[in-house]
Amino acid sequence: MTTASMPVEAESYNFAYLDEQTKRMLRRAILKALAVPGYQVPFASREMPMPYGWGTGGVQVSAACLVPEDRLKVIDQGADDTTNAVSIRKFFQRTAGVAVTEATTEASLIQTRHRIPETPLTEDQILVYQVPIPEPLRFLEPRETETRRMHALEEYGLMHVKLYEDIARHGEITNSYAWPVMAHDRYVMTPSPIPKFDNPKLSDSPAVQLFGAGREARIHALPPYTKVVSLDFEDHPFVASKADHECEICGSRESYLDEVITDDQGGRMFVCSDTDFCGSRSAALETERS
Amino acid sequence: MNAPVLPAPVTPSLAGGFAHPAHDAARAFRAAMQALARPGRIQQITGAMPPAPLSVAAGTLALVLMDQTTPVWLAPSHDSAALRAWLTFHTAAPFTTAEAAHFVIGSWEALTPVSRFATGTPDYPDRAATLIVEMPTLAASGTRLTGPGIQDSARLSLPENAAFQANHALYPLGFDTFLTAGDQIAGLPRSTRLEDI
Repeated sequence: MTTASMPVEAESYNFAYLDEQTKRMLRRAILKALAVPGYQVPFASREMPMPYGWGTGGVQVSAACLVPEDRLKVIDQGADDTTNAVSIRKFFQRTAGVAVTEATTEASLIQTRHRIPETPLTEDQILVYQVPIPEPLRFLEPRETETRRMHALEEYGLMHVKLYEDIARHGEITNSYAWPVMAHDRYVMTPSPIPKFDNPKLSDSPAVQLFGAGREARIHALPPYTKVVSLDFEDHPFVASKADHECEICGSRESYLDEVITDDQGGRMFVCSDTDFCGSRSAALETERS
Repeated sequence: MNAPVLPAPVTPSLAGGFAHPAHDAARAFRAAMQALARPGRIQQITGAMPPAPLSVAAGTLALVLMDQTTPVWLAPSHDSAALRAWLTFHTAAPFTTAEAAHFVIGSWEALTPVSRFATGTPDYPDRAATLIVEMPTLAASGTRLTGPGIQDSARLSLPENAAFQANHALYPLGFDTFLTAGDQIAGLPRSTRLEDI
């Protein structure tokens, strides 16, 4: 089969896989999500040809947003070349016939699992997040009726107690990812499991940010230039931290790092999680040297 | 078996849909999404050719968003047999009362008082109406807007400010508005703050 590299969409599928009725439902949900930043809009999530946990929510949101002229980038923990990223990219190449890229600067729509690209986004880009658990209060209160009421009443005491108990027990708030945020001074929302290092990039982004949770059937969104504040306390302020190293490939001190085990003797190295950022930095350094 | 192929009778209500439904709807949705995500930025939206008095922008938006699950109310300015037939054929959306509608279409004068439209519930603020307000023209001037989607401030020619300010005061409840003129569209979500100037 060579269909994955076909330049035009496969004729047996509707554009971007989903039928038009489904896309209308998704599009209505996306618009309401943009109108109320951080509020989780329920939608009729469909079975997708991939298992839950592989980005079915993100894929449905992307399918509703894609236009034939788009250039799609898909990243999984910052990398363009992992199984999840490669298969979603191929899926839309085949069913939507869109162009694809690994360069952040060339992409018009970026679907991401658990990272925000290091390269700053622009107004011409849309960032679609894959979200496993959209409800930031879910692990504190399992009942949907209760969490819905808490959001309605803006009653977020439970979350503050959780953060306080972290400090009481461990001396600091222990979330290293999925650090809860306040969107537009109203709704506590999860940024999806992005590292807390990425949280500041959520706020005042020039790009439209859409969050899709397939299994949980929720879409939430951040319009561009929306104020997003990471929850914290005055005496325990939020700090966007990362591993205290430099990338061993490109030498960056600014980018978020993955720790990679290199052997069974305790050997390890730190490299950029964003493969495109690391690759283009290395290439630029190479040109400088030669 | 070789029955002559007759040309399909083209009545006004059957014509004027998308030439390529999937692609046209996708492009039109992107324009509508950018309009609502960036209040005050006027976008171009085309694809449908609805019967008068509906504008191209409003007709296109109807085909992108409406179907049998979204009851519609046509304000007196737009409640014609031709438009009902066109919307029914292309979207299958049922017609309903102003209070029960998911989408309402009309001129600002015909839609007023807008306080009757659904604004959602505290548990489900998404269950709010979307207004499609037909305007003679749209311009990035007039009322000063601030809020999500706007970098510093933006300006948009609105039919009036008081009704939208009252709607914003309900946040996170409230209806959301698209303003249409010709093939142009602008968005005004409930989150936008308005200042008289």
